Amino acid sequence: MQLKAGTKLHSSVCDTDVMVIKGSGDVALTCGGAEMVTARTGAPGQIDPGFASGTAMGKRYQTDDGSVELLCIKPGKGTLAVHGVALEIKAAKALPSSD
Amino acid sequence: MNISLVLQMAADTFPDRIALTHNGVHYSYGRLYASAQAAAAHIVESGAAYVSYLGESSPATVVALFGAAMAGKPFAPLNYRLTVPETNRLIERLFPVFLITDLDKAASVPDGAARVLMTGPEFLAATASEEPGEWDAPQDEEGVAVQLFTSGTTGEPKAALLRHQNLLGYVLGTIDFASAEEDEATLVSVPPYHIAGISAILSSIYAMRRIVQLPQFTPAEWLKQCCEQSVTNAFVVPTMLTRIIAHIDETNEQPNLQALRALAFGGGKMPLPVVERALTLFPEVAFANAYGLTETSSTIALLGPEDHREAHNHPDPLVARRLDSVGKPLPTVEVEIRGEDGSVLGPNELGEVFVRGPQVSGEYQGRKLTDDDGWFPTRDSGFIDDHGFLFLAGRIDDVIVRGGENISPGEVEKVLRSHDGVEDVAVVGVPSVEWGETLAAAVVLKPAVTVTAQELQDLVRKQLRSSRVPEHIRFVDALPYNEMGKLLRRNVKAIFAD
Repeated sequence: MQLKAGTKLHSSVCDTDVMVIKGSGDVALTCGGAEMVTARTGAPGQIDPGFASGTAMGKRYQTDDGSVELLCIKPGKGTLAVHGVALEIKAAKALPSSD
Repeated sequence: MNISLVLQMAADTFPDRIALTHNGVHYSYGRLYASAQAAAAHIVESGAAYVSYLGESSPATVVALFGAAMAGKPFAPLNYRLTVPETNRLIERLFPVFLITDLDKAASVPDGAARVLMTGPEFLAATASEEPGEWDAPQDEEGVAVQLFTSGTTGEPKAALLRHQNLLGYVLGTIDFASAEEDEATLVSVPPYHIAGISAILSSIYAMRRIVQLPQFTPAEWLKQCCEQSVTNAFVVPTMLTRIIAHIDETNEQPNLQALRALAFGGGKMPLPVVERALTLFPEVAFANAYGLTETSSTIALLGPEDHREAHNHPDPLVARRLDSVGKPLPTVEVEIRGEDGSVLGPNELGEVFVRGPQVSGEYQGRKLTDDDGWFPTRDSGFIDDHGFLFLAGRIDDVIVRGGENISPGEVEKVLRSHDGVEDVAVVGVPSVEWGETLAAAVVLKPAVTVTAQELQDLVRKQLRSSRVPEHIRFVDALPYNEMGKLLRRNVKAIFAD
């Protein structure tokens, strides 16, 4: 599917919603083993047990090379993956609060 | 992208957690989100092009900010300290406006300028809602989220535009969602029409750190709120910290700041003696000095707690002077120092600070100041040292050109301020037949001290050189500052006009 920063995407098999932080062009982005969609239609599909470790609210997920980065804005049971490779949680930054 | 995502995520995650405390009344994330949705419906229905808020910090500020975002209209808060004619000129630039304001100001709003006019309490009553519904906020990438009128030390105020992507870029890039502990509370004493007031709302809600609003800053009230509300974090402008410390010294009372963990300051140059006094006075507090501009959606560089403690009383002067720096650029922005010819300068070379990054708007209504590669000229002069610390040397527009030589007022002010009898000082350029421009210093002396102009001129001659010696020196009772502690150099020049 076509990725663009700012786009909201939904899992078609669980409650997960993400916003694209980084990434562009055609990317095979899945959640719970099924391709993510821009709008949910019909009943949710079956989650792939191999991609069922879940997403966590407010966490950032990225590919190894950092070319795709997503923000989880609603958690669910599926695992995010690009081209079948599960995304990793991006390590938290430790910036002191300045406002 | 839409900044309402910030509140939506918080409300989805912990709807019942306290988001905001105002005058002892608590508001949960869920309640604020539901109110913002109700506000959005009112705003859309009104047909207004802008949402404006004219008043002190209140829960209505937060509801109006997010309600405007959900309605896809810019939020344009106004400075409540302006005169009625000044205010009316700005309101006319927001036509037609959904205006939320205090009663006494509302009486003077020009006929027909406002599509809807409500007081803060009326607005909160009209939008009171406990149950969030469904609301699809517009995801317009280019949408303007916040429009701030810059303080306008010269001419009519300019309207700085901050787009959803700028503000979200700042928040998402610098803060971890829900990273605050439930007992954390931040004291917000900056007004809502200032960028620090906007970023305080967005950052605190995204971190899920409770906001405690202090609408009218006084040192006594600030200390009282810190104690009563168990405040853990606070942001102050330099004058506020100066006044807090003066208050503690004058009353000789040890304040109860046991909960306070972190104190950030920014919005202007913090005098070194104040930082040093604060570090001694609050040994357990983590200090952060933030440098940012309206046009950069708040902070772009930060001197963090470890850097403060390391530099404090360090024997190596190159480390010790870091207290006078604004730290290092955030990982999410790039900073460059450029010379007058546009070339990128190396370490320790003084030039203009340029910045680039998702949070940088660099844009006014009708005018974009960023170049083709996205670099924004801040008009601040400064340099970066060998270790990456950014030092600022004042506004480029304040530089005095005396006989073809560029002189930064800051370097002369620093020397004059080192004199025991000097409380405050401002150096400006005034017209001179001989030099084009020459230096003039307005000096505030400490109480019951006698200092001669000659003495001060000799001090500058000895420490700098003769071209830096102020030709004119006037002793004044106080210097002209605006309410955020920004020195109004135009008004200092006026002292020497006669």
